[in-house]
Amino acid sequence: MSASPLLELVGLRKAYGSLEVLRGVDLTVHAGEMVCVVGPSGSGKSSMLRCCNRLEEPTGGRIVVKGADITGAGVDINAVRQKIGMVFQQFNLYPHLTALGNVTLALRKVQGKSAAEAGALGLAALKRVGLADKAQVYPGQLSGGQQQRVAIARAIVLQPKLMLFDEPTSALDPETVGEVLKAMRELRDSGMTMLVVTHEMGFAREAADRVIFMDGGAIVEQGPPHEIFGAPKHERTRAFLTRYTSWA
Amino acid sequence: MDGFARLLDTFFNAEVAARYWPEILAGVWITIGVGIAVTVTGLTIGLGLAILRAKQWAWLAVPIVAFADIMRALPPLIVIIVFFFAFPLIGISMSAFTATWLSLSLVLAAYAEESLWGAILSLPRGQSEAARSTGLTWWQTMSAVILPQALRLALPPLTNRVIAVSKNVALGSVVALSEVLNNAQSATSTAGNPTPLTMAAAAYLAIFIPAMVLARRMENRMQWRV
Repeated sequence: MSASPLLELVGLRKAYGSLEVLRGVDLTVHAGEMVCVVGPSGSGKSSMLRCCNRLEEPTGGRIVVKGADITGAGVDINAVRQKIGMVFQQFNLYPHLTALGNVTLALRKVQGKSAAEAGALGLAALKRVGLADKAQVYPGQLSGGQQQRVAIARAIVLQPKLMLFDEPTSALDPETVGEVLKAMRELRDSGMTMLVVTHEMGFAREAADRVIFMDGGAIVEQGPPHEIFGAPKHERTRAFLTRYTSWA
Repeated sequence: MDGFARLLDTFFNAEVAARYWPEILAGVWITIGVGIAVTVTGLTIGLGLAILRAKQWAWLAVPIVAFADIMRALPPLIVIIVFFFAFPLIGISMSAFTATWLSLSLVLAAYAEESLWGAILSLPRGQSEAARSTGLTWWQTMSAVILPQALRLALPPLTNRVIAVSKNVALGSVVALSEVLNNAQSATSTAGNPTPLTMAAAAYLAIFIPAMVLARRMENRMQWRV
């Protein structure tokens, strides 16, 4: 791995009033790495992910992207966000725009690209997720899996350096989970740096470079998937994995 | 003269109608003009207030909510009377047209703000999060993602309210705005026959039925995609 990490969380804290959801998280993600974050509900996984592009404002600690602290007051967060793509559990496609309209909105509004240029880039992104033929279709007419792939295209069209996935398959019908995981695997193989919060243990085990186990707002342990799944060191990790794999 | 002939002679008197139709027609143009002016300014102000309220600045939300509640609670007639008869006492005089237009615009703005704000609130939070995560600013998110959906959701209550408030142009008759109803009333007293009122009723139908058809068409057209 190269010297300077792509993303570095240093002592990240987040509290809602007196409720602490992140109690000092330290995490380093290197370029080209795919890191999966697993853990029980309420462990702070999603909060941590949402702090990485400041959809949630951390209450303490630092977020360093390519060597630059993005938590400071003078940071142009809108510029930073274009380099950090995000995919949500509920897809969050814009229902009033076509698939292509969803993918090209930021190209046109933020980057000021012409309709033709944005359209060409948007089509290329839709092609990457296998949905070039759905460009003119509205989200309401797409299956959950297709909607999530459009959401991935919407993020990658901006050519981000880092992609955040917040339980991308949790809202999907079982039969469409596979197509989304396939799109994510292809993205990973193209060299994208990815931080993925997921409940898909099989996917984490087989596709991740590193697995993070979180509980109680902190990272309990991390390591290569075969270690975390094969020989977890901590009792809490073991308990979680037993519970999960017994009925997954 | 039997009852039916008397009814015709009283409410559908051709001779009276022939004599007074130019005045009714003149009133129709005023009603349509004020109605359109109220719709444009009322919706614009209402939209502006809903956007400002979405900024979630407490110091601004309180006066906006107060304005919307007061304007919806007061009968529009009282608002018109205050503008026309009370404001001159503090040095602000206005024509019957201005008083009616301004009053009804503010009433419509209050209702429009509430409908649009409700629609904005009903949208999933993920919509703005998705937009912001791609680098759109607050305003870009509002204009390209939130408002197009909110306007569509709010369209049925908005069109209803536009029609209800425009119909209240008739209240301008209390400040002698020469709209349909006012002209019909004076014609009725001059003629000693209420046929001009029948004509006014027909004029209202002629103005508002097409407006309702247009509103329904807009609602249907906006609905098919979502």
